Amino acid sequence: MARIGVFICHCGSNIAGVVSVEKVVEAAQTLPGVRVSMDYKYMCSDPGQNLIINTIKEQGLDRVVVGSCSPRMHENTFRASVERAGLNPYMLEIANIREHVSWVHSDNKDAATDKAIKLVELAVAKVRRNEPLQKMYAAIEKRALVIGGGIAGIQAALDIAANGYKVMLVEKEPSIGGRMSQLDKTFPTMDCSACILTPKMVAVAQNKNITLQTYAEVAEVHGYVGNFEVKIKKKARFVNMAKCIGCGVCTEKCPSKKTLSEFNANIAARKAIYTPFPQAVPNIPVIDKDSCLYFATGKCKVCEKVCPAEAIDYTQEDEIITERFGAIVVATGYDLYDHSRYGEYGYGEIPDVITGLQLERMINSGGPTGGHVKRPSDGKEPETVVFIQCVGSRDDAKGKPYCSRVCCMYTAKQALLLKEHYPNSQAFVFYMDIRAAGKGYEEFVQRVQTEYGVVYLRGRVSRIYEKKDHLLVKGVDTLSGQQVEIKADMVVLATGLEPKKEAQNLAQLLHIGYDQNGFYTELHPKLAPVETQIAGVYLAGCCQSPKDIPDTVAQASATAAKVGALLSQESLEIEPMISEVNPLLCSGCRMCYHACPYSAIEMEDKEIRRGDVRCVAKVLTSVCKGCGVCAAGCYCKAIDLKGWTDRQLMEEIGVLRYR
Amino acid sequence: MYKVAYFPGCSLSSTAKEYGMSTELICKDLGIELVKIQDWSCCGATTAHITSELMAAALPAKNLLWAEKQSLPICSPCSACFSRLKLADIDMKRDARLRADVTEVMGEEYKGTIEILHLWQVIQKYGELKPKKELKGLKVASYYGCLLTRPTEVCPDERIEDPQFLDNLVISLGASPVKWSYKTECCGAAFSLTKTDIVHKLSGEILKDAREADADYIIVACPLCHSNLDARQEEMGLDFRIPVLYFTQLIGLALGYGYSELGMMKHFVQAKGLLNSKGLL
Ligand SMILES: Cc1cc2nc3c(=O)[nH]c(=O)nc-3n(C[C@H](O)[C@H](O)[C@H](O)COP(=O)(O)OP(=O)(O)OC[C@H]3O[C@@H](n4cnc5c(N)ncnc54)[C@H](O)[C@@H]3O)c2cc1C
Repeated sequence: MARIGVFICHCGSNIAGVVSVEKVVEAAQTLPGVRVSMDYKYMCSDPGQNLIINTIKEQGLDRVVVGSCSPRMHENTFRASVERAGLNPYMLEIANIREHVSWVHSDNKDAATDKAIKLVELAVAKVRRNEPLQKMYAAIEKRALVIGGGIAGIQAALDIAANGYKVMLVEKEPSIGGRMSQLDKTFPTMDCSACILTPKMVAVAQNKNITLQTYAEVAEVHGYVGNFEVKIKKKARFVNMAKCIGCGVCTEKCPSKKTLSEFNANIAARKAIYTPFPQAVPNIPVIDKDSCLYFATGKCKVCEKVCPAEAIDYTQEDEIITERFGAIVVATGYDLYDHSRYGEYGYGEIPDVITGLQLERMINSGGPTGGHVKRPSDGKEPETVVFIQCVGSRDDAKGKPYCSRVCCMYTAKQALLLKEHYPNSQAFVFYMDIRAAGKGYEEFVQRVQTEYGVVYLRGRVSRIYEKKDHLLVKGVDTLSGQQVEIKADMVVLATGLEPKKEAQNLAQLLHIGYDQNGFYTELHPKLAPVETQIAGVYLAGCCQSPKDIPDTVAQASATAAKVGALLSQESLEIEPMISEVNPLLCSGCRMCYHACPYSAIEMEDKEIRRGDVRCVAKVLTSVCKGCGVCAAGCYCKAIDLKGWTDRQLMEEIGVLRYR
Repeated sequence: MYKVAYFPGCSLSSTAKEYGMSTELICKDLGIELVKIQDWSCCGATTAHITSELMAAALPAKNLLWAEKQSLPICSPCSACFSRLKLADIDMKRDARLRADVTEVMGEEYKGTIEILHLWQVIQKYGELKPKKELKGLKVASYYGCLLTRPTEVCPDERIEDPQFLDNLVISLGASPVKWSYKTECCGAAFSLTKTDIVHKLSGEILKDAREADADYIIVACPLCHSNLDARQEEMGLDFRIPVLYFTQLIGLALGYGYSELGMMKHFVQAKGLLNSKGLL
């Protein structure tokens, strides 16, 4: 016969103010298996825990029920007390009589007390069937993979490496640097983006703990926390990295110049053999097969002829490498909203309607116009420039309900830069609300208006009309209630941030979630902002949500700290409340395999009895989160969730049925 | 011959007589038989739909019912009529209660089984257009206005802010469409009668932009747009004149019909001189 102790907590007046604790204690006394039943003002306090420990010892209890707050709050606390008293920590059940009772039924004290009694009865019924469970351990591969080499990936890789762990940084473009390398100055301090980024890029290249794989992508992910096996596709560069000296002669002489430069946001052309920008890391070009004359026509080979290092190799092929990692950081960043979906702004077909990123490239002295803002239609320096915010942000009609967070600030920055470059110019900004919540941000936006004379108009632009030598911008100023018409030389659209096109694909490889807007979902929006629902996979930067550089860097360092905490462990402690397959009952139907949201089920051929080999389900113990979906879905009742077995649940249901 | 139930609407026998004349003329050539709806009723434009939801649906429903009984697609050259027919159909499909109310007052149920088309769509889908004359050298600004393009459910083009269907028609007649950005601007519509200055401003901007874009003519598909753009040029004090034609008249010219057959002398701004100089008459 079980020897159960029931301990009811008052939680000050939190519980006792509504529930009649004495009645609960009294009712528990009579339940089968219960040896003692008592109450205390604060069960989680030191004296409260000692009460439990001493009673276990004195009465020789083997099971405990605590009626208190939610198990989320104090289950671990009471498990530790039970363990200190010499019992297996899993011989404990919590009846949640605070969140589930006193806090929600304060209007009816009698009913609340009845419900509390019922919940205690359920816990007692369940605990009678509890079995001792043992913690498990798995080994850890002490190496991290960082996917994406923007500022988020760079910062995470440097921090993980600084902790002494090996890192592989995989970047799909020919160079690391991400969007930050495309920017001119950065708000609100206006430091030059390249000046603060390039040293970090170089640091990555020189760090002994970091292996860089550029022009590479993740192709497959297997395994689980501490033991991921990842296949990485290295795209053919057609340049031998060991031989190339980065002199750039190949790019200079390459005759193909029609392809638009992605790095320059399509406002200039690039060659077929190219590095995206002069400070690229690694400073080794790639041949873009699609624009290369040799690959198209079989003739040319100019780059091969001029290369002094004999580094050109047209025979290279894509290569797949397989690597093992203990942790994975996803830092794949963002794309910009394609404004050709805005008919009222000209379907992306009016030459002098450009995007903020294009303006960054123009105004950057290293950019294709040498730092001169020239409008695309005729190369004229614009005098009147209209900025339109929230293009592809906060616009339900375009399927983009969220705020992109950085556009208010980058628009203010660009308006300021414009005035600095061209003192005679005048900028107008159409905005919905100004969101400038960072440190020094509001002051910055104020300065842009008062010192630089940028005119802010609260309202939307209804339409941009293309006139012979100017654009007519019609909109509304909702503060004055007036319709506004501005004769502008150029319009700059603050296009919003959206996840990378391939982001969902990568999510599926990694089994991590994404929200309705396609951004990767963190484990908890407040308390676990860099973890994902897959243990060992972490997030950093704009792939999780739009954010500026300060927030991106902070998040990257947070992620690196989490990775460090994981990799520093000797081995991995695994919760024992996970699923277990009884291979004798398993029919191999794969219901559980498909149902598991964590990919914790594998199918394996197993010798069930001698000579009888069957394909049955197997639970990957370090991956299983104990959600129970497999157990619920199993037709053969071959799967049970430890700590939540069918028997335990039936006992609880029994209580509800017969009373 | 492709048969359609023809809903001319009131304008085509009054202010837009020439739209009706040219429509009936060209449809014969295009292999389209216009079966006039018997005892057709007003589409209810403006007055009905700002006063009563039921009347706004019931008036078009009367005409829709006739077409449905003949199992014919229904067609109107007037943008306002087209818009009312289409919206009544959409509203009755969306709102069962409204449909029941309409059934009660009409004494029979409209099932919503027929196609509702603007004349332009009938011509594009079913017309056999074989121009006899190429309208070479003619620069045309296609003006769509609002009723053909808004709300999005009635617009036959995905590019609601910059529709192309009339431009494509212009191309198929051998003329050149001009690129301009006032295609779907409001002409001022019924303010013509109550606040004419608004029409002067709005229609004036449209005319100016067409001129700036170097257009010889503007083509329209709506009687009200036509009257605002054509009849009021004099009052606007513009330093130019630009003829405004119905798209059916442009087709008529390509089919070899004469100036008066197409009712072109009814316009305030005459197109004759220009057409003569281009050798198109
Ligand atoms: C016009 C504009 C101006 C801005 N100005 C400022 C400013 O002044 N100050 C400021 O604080 N912020 C500014 N920002 C925001 C800033 O750009 C971001 O905060 C920052 O770039 C986010 O860094 P990230 O590493 O998360 O993403 P990214 O910079 O997008 O980097 C992601 C990287 O991952 C790579 N990648 C993507 N997918 C894969 C994959 N599947 N496999 C491998 N690699 C992959 C990409 O190629 C890229 O290199 C601005 C943004 C814009 C659009």
